[in-house]
Amino acid sequence: MSSPEMLKEADRVMVICNSCRYCEGFCAVFPAMERRRTFTAHDLKYLANLCHNCRDCYYACQYAPPHEFDVNVPKTLAELRLETYREFTWPGVFKGLFRQNGLAVALVTTLSVLLVLLLTFLSKGPAAVFAIHSGENAFYQIISYWAIVIPLSALGLFVLTTLLKGIANFWRETGGTPGELFSPQANAQAIWDVLQLKYLDGGGHGCNYPDDRFSFIRKWFHHFVFYGFILCFISTTIAAIYDHFLHWPAPYPFWSWPVVLGTMGGVALLIGTVGLLVLKLKMDPSPAAPRAFSMDIAFLSLLFLTSLTGLLLLVFRETGAMGILLAVHLGIVVGLFITMPYGKFIHAAYRYAALARNANEKLAEDRLAVDPTQNKA
Amino acid sequence: MASTPHDADTLSQTFDLLVIGGGNAALCAAMTAQAAGARVLLLESAPIEFRGGNSRHTRNLRYMHERGNDHLTGPYLEDEFWDDLNRVTGGQTNEELARVTIRQSNNVGEWMTLHGVNFQPAMRGTLHLARTNGFFLGGGKALINAYYRTAAKLGVRILYDAEVTDLEIQDGLFKSATFVSRGLTQKVRTKAVVLASGGFQANLDWLKEYWGPPADNFIIRGTPYNKGRMLRVLLDQGAKPVGDPRQCHAVAIDARAPKFDGGIVTRLDCVPFGIVVNKEARRFYDEGEEFWPKRYAIWGRLVAQQPDQIAYAVIDSKSIDLFMPSVFPPIEAASIEEMAAKMELDPAALKETVAAFNGAVRPGRFDSNDLDDCTTVGLEPAKSHWARPLDRPPYYGYPLRPGITFTYLGVTVNDRAQVILQDDRPAANIFAAGEIMAGNILGKGYMAGFGMTIGTVFGRIAGKEAARHVLS
Ligand SMILES: Cc1cc2nc3c(=O)[nH]c(=O)nc-3n(C[C@H](O)[C@H](O)[C@H](O)COP(=O)(O)OP(=O)(O)OC[C@H]3O[C@@H](n4cnc5c(N)ncnc54)[C@H](O)[C@@H]3O)c2cc1C
Ligand code: SF4
Ligand code: SF4
Repeated sequence: MSSPEMLKEADRVMVICNSCRYCEGFCAVFPAMERRRTFTAHDLKYLANLCHNCRDCYYACQYAPPHEFDVNVPKTLAELRLETYREFTWPGVFKGLFRQNGLAVALVTTLSVLLVLLLTFLSKGPAAVFAIHSGENAFYQIISYWAIVIPLSALGLFVLTTLLKGIANFWRETGGTPGELFSPQANAQAIWDVLQLKYLDGGGHGCNYPDDRFSFIRKWFHHFVFYGFILCFISTTIAAIYDHFLHWPAPYPFWSWPVVLGTMGGVALLIGTVGLLVLKLKMDPSPAAPRAFSMDIAFLSLLFLTSLTGLLLLVFRETGAMGILLAVHLGIVVGLFITMPYGKFIHAAYRYAALARNANEKLAEDRLAVDPTQNKA
Repeated sequence: MASTPHDADTLSQTFDLLVIGGGNAALCAAMTAQAAGARVLLLESAPIEFRGGNSRHTRNLRYMHERGNDHLTGPYLEDEFWDDLNRVTGGQTNEELARVTIRQSNNVGEWMTLHGVNFQPAMRGTLHLARTNGFFLGGGKALINAYYRTAAKLGVRILYDAEVTDLEIQDGLFKSATFVSRGLTQKVRTKAVVLASGGFQANLDWLKEYWGPPADNFIIRGTPYNKGRMLRVLLDQGAKPVGDPRQCHAVAIDARAPKFDGGIVTRLDCVPFGIVVNKEARRFYDEGEEFWPKRYAIWGRLVAQQPDQIAYAVIDSKSIDLFMPSVFPPIEAASIEEMAAKMELDPAALKETVAAFNGAVRPGRFDSNDLDDCTTVGLEPAKSHWARPLDRPPYYGYPLRPGITFTYLGVTVNDRAQVILQDDRPAANIFAAGEIMAGNILGKGYMAGFGMTIGTVFGRIAGKEAARHVLS
């Protein structure tokens, strides 16, 4: 459950915004808020996840602190959003991972790297690990085929399940109907919103990141991360098909699809994560939830390390460093997979669900075909 | 946020022009003068967090344009603009200056965009003003942020927390200004000055001079920093006043609003859908006379004339969703007596007022978007439109107080924004823009978005003329 104080504060702020509405051009939160007169806990959790934390409404707010109304929409919604991450998490026993998330992610990742290294050394021995391996099956001479495929597939399945379960929880907890969840039109709209990161546009002028100037820089870096991630995902999928179905074992030549896509994705991830990390460090902290900071940094660092070690593995795969690099890379990937549902990555699921909710609401409004000016006077 | 340059660093420089104030008019003047080549110092009495005066609270601006664009739906030409102004002021306007304002507002949106302001697309036409008024994306504070950034980029030096307390004027010529910043009193000499320091509505003592004790119950909707200090100094030193000191833009707002700076969210739009009573539980004016945005402005004055400057709006559950939500929750009651008790009114009197009203309502076609034919018969005062009996609990109520937007007493100016002295001579190097001279054009009444128009047009004129003066 979200804490009553946090819901109360979000309600207080939304009531002020709803009687002001100066920010309605910035993002989807304000039009969604305007569809309501009062806000239930469902509504507030939905609005919290619809906010992209672009901060435009913070710098534009005539009631921002130190004004006595003390309106800080991005911070209030970010804090509530964090609570919803915990609340919607599955399985519930892992909720605790959202507390001190940076530490948790760091610990899990370090442990998984150590574990993979240890297992590698124990199973193959130092000589094999430091030897130069080339040609077909080179990787499997360090870690055997099944030792890679089984744990990673299991983890992948686990991540997918938790994401879907999270979306289902979100949907139920924010009062959506199952029919709406599967509406093709609404999902098409939500996917399109995600692909273009529509609500980091700030009504066409960008975010206020890292300060009160409008800029598209955060959107660009986020695009690098998002599309970098997608490219890596596609690369891995193709590699899996090559390996399992076509029986072409890794590693692949440089000009092969998995390597080209993976390299592009990895470089994009490096650029994007470094960019976002620098922005996070430079940003004005006032419109942010302090507790979100370590979580954001942890996830970005983990993505950065994943692509860095992946690229290093590519560069040094024909040297004696390959064994260690492979083990470290796999360890980090395992850490990434384990912590994905219990860290910043989960925002993807809830943001998507919130956008789908929003698309449903807009469709319903269009069906009513009301004049948008009607209730404004 | 832009950082505050150190006072000593700034004040070791010499400046051509001093701009006093930190709202829309001041920034328009400062940007224009600096771009024309003058070295400009701007002194804003508020700290950086509250910079921007009343302009910080605005939503839109009215300007003349031949055709629609991405944020305006249609043309708005000089004649229509002038007719609108003439109507709201009842002819109390200086036609020459009014026409200057209208003409020079022509396509001013483009200039604003060039200086960093973003407008909201026209399709969400709030308040039916999308044709005549451009709405700032994010409102007035976003505009103010953009202007401060542009001004700094152009080279304007800005000091916050710097209240000008006195002006040295000799024989109609400005010599220097005294200001207090962080406890230090300092003097700055420049070749000219632009006064854009707003009205005097935040000066409760001064309001009391004209309004008497009722002024104690006024709520000031905007900045607490517009104390009229510069206006007083100018008038004391021979500037010719303009405007009725008792005229101000006053609306009825929620009585629970903070004394200062509550801004837009404390306004109440429920009046046309119910009745309004004073503390004797008697109605005193036709609540359904006209559309609320048009009538909104007269209610400030009406409430100010009631005992203890308080009134109460009462509606029933039929109407609760018909108007813009406001920031304070309505007082809710299951019966009229309970409502009276919660509002500390005499229950019998309120019951009687409601019964008389309900009995006078003639059934008709109700339409919240049009002047409908739901009226009362034989009731004094009548309710001309949207009259429906108050009979469906729960009942909702809001307490009302006069909320002062800005005062109209100001200094007389000419079409070059020069301040006119008692002997009708213009002061060669003293210019004024914005609320401090708005009374030349707005003798009474108000139309939405026109305060920013006056400030933008006269700010630019003052900046241009002042730069011309100091550079010649
Ligand atoms: C809630 C509200 C909503 C409004 N909405 C609109 C709207 O949508 N559209 C519209 O056109 N108008 C609107 N108005 C009116 C509009 O705000 C004013 O007409 C306009 O802002 C006046 O601009 P200005 O630059 O003259 O004064 P201000 O913006 O008030 O600026 C005056 C500045 O002078 C400074 N100052 C005062 N005294 C001194 C001193 N002695 N030394 C140094 N600095 C000093 C103040 O700190 C302030 O920064 C609204 C007003 C309010 C209160
Ligand atoms: S953030 Fe501030 S300015 Fe924007 S809508 Fe809310 S109250 Fe109004
Ligand atoms: S921070 Fe940005 S996305 Fe969030 S509510 Fe404000 S304007 Fe919308």
